[in-house]
Amino acid sequence: MAKVLVVTSGKGGVGKTTSTAALGAALAQSGQNVVVVDFDVGLRNLDLVMGAERRVVFDLINVVQGDAKLNQALIRDKRLETLSLLPASQTRDKDALTEAGVERVIGELREKFDWVICDSPAGIERGALLAMRHADLAVVVTNPEVSSVRDSDRIIGMLDSKTLKAEKGERMEKHLLLTRFDTARAARGEMLKTEDILEILSIPLLGIIPESEEVLKASNLGMPVTLNAPTSAPSRAYFDAARRLNGEDLEVVVPLERKGFMSRLFGRRVA
Amino acid sequence: MALVLAPELPLADWLLALDAQITRSPSFFEGRPVVVDLGALPQESQGVAEFLLMLEAKGIQIIGTEGAHPAWEGVERWGRPLAGGGKPGKPIEIPDEPAPAKAAAPAPEPVAPDAAPEVATLVIDSPVRSGQSIVFERGDVTILGSVASGAEVMAGGSVHIYGALRGRAIAGLAGNGKARIFCRKMHAELVAIDGVYQTADDMPASAIGKPAQAWLDGDNMRITTLD
Repeated sequence: MAKVLVVTSGKGGVGKTTSTAALGAALAQSGQNVVVVDFDVGLRNLDLVMGAERRVVFDLINVVQGDAKLNQALIRDKRLETLSLLPASQTRDKDALTEAGVERVIGELREKFDWVICDSPAGIERGALLAMRHADLAVVVTNPEVSSVRDSDRIIGMLDSKTLKAEKGERMEKHLLLTRFDTARAARGEMLKTEDILEILSIPLLGIIPESEEVLKASNLGMPVTLNAPTSAPSRAYFDAARRLNGEDLEVVVPLERKGFMSRLFGRRVA
Repeated sequence: MALVLAPELPLADWLLALDAQITRSPSFFEGRPVVVDLGALPQESQGVAEFLLMLEAKGIQIIGTEGAHPAWEGVERWGRPLAGGGKPGKPIEIPDEPAPAKAAAPAPEPVAPDAAPEVATLVIDSPVRSGQSIVFERGDVTILGSVASGAEVMAGGSVHIYGALRGRAIAGLAGNGKARIFCRKMHAELVAIDGVYQTADDMPASAIGKPAQAWLDGDNMRITTLD
């Protein structure tokens, strides 16, 4: 059974695209067939983070409008053959997405893949609504900061009302992914506490991704961090998150940069 | 809650009527903040500042003006005109102090014993998220969960929140001053009952973060802890 997952947040710049690529690559490394779909029409980025920007010929809009076949637009990752990308168009805008077209494309992707991961644009408008429309579950990306938490709350409300699942009266599965978590600042009490965020948003925690240079380094190389530096702290957190998405029950810890004895000493339990 | 006085033309007649009212209920304006709505005065009026001084001499405590024309001199003494964004209140009858005989309590309306009032309640068993608005004019609203910052709950009756109130709660929409707001954790941005409101800045620190209720004590909003 294919699962359609939307990665969303409301607020921009919190790490949706990075997390889409990292989770996609992590799930693909477990042998499942994964496609990551860029819904950010007009401001496409996922192709860059996936290192596929020079191989884009057709895009989501071409397929939605019937100008190209799905197979022509899908780009298979060079390093991981279970990972594919459906890029967005950079020259169009969100109005080019039609509801019927998106429904057809998601339906076709469901038949080909185990995971369809939709990278939502920021905001609460058409693009974001269509990205979440057909999802079976959602990952809400949030930074430990008040504006991000409030925007996430808004998005959770929309996931519970504007998706097909919600309209059918079914329950939308939602997971919280805390990103850009700065362990040093958290220790000094300069960030919102994890338990406070969980109390406000009241959805289960999928993982805590520590702020790390590795993420930026990997993005600049055009690699999902889980491919470029699989043993780094953020990657380990993404791998654990991917295992939780597959139904494993793991304790959530904040992985630290240092490995071995020190990390066991300081690996603090948070939730 | 401020009282709005709206002088009408001709001013002399209006002042006479005001004087008559003050004689009948001498303490009515005592300690009451008053906003004077000058919107009815023509732009070329003279001596508006003197007129306001005259009102103050009658013991009326002016805290601001509304609808003042920029050309009028001296009016800024009473603060810049309030932008017309305030919620218009209901016209009120000034009670005559020596209670006239006819005010001998009208017989209470007989309540038909068989017509048990229908208790309308809306129960929401999920948190109210930022941007969502729950409006239920016919009765109480009960929320099993929290009301997020940027969310609002409005009820004709009372609002019961079994969680934290971080957004807005508005009770007694249709003019029910007996309505109350209850929550397990008070972090509200705003609470309002029957048009009387209070924002987070004015809430007593003792109630913040605690189980609390908001209710009306006459025209005053009170927020008190539940335990």
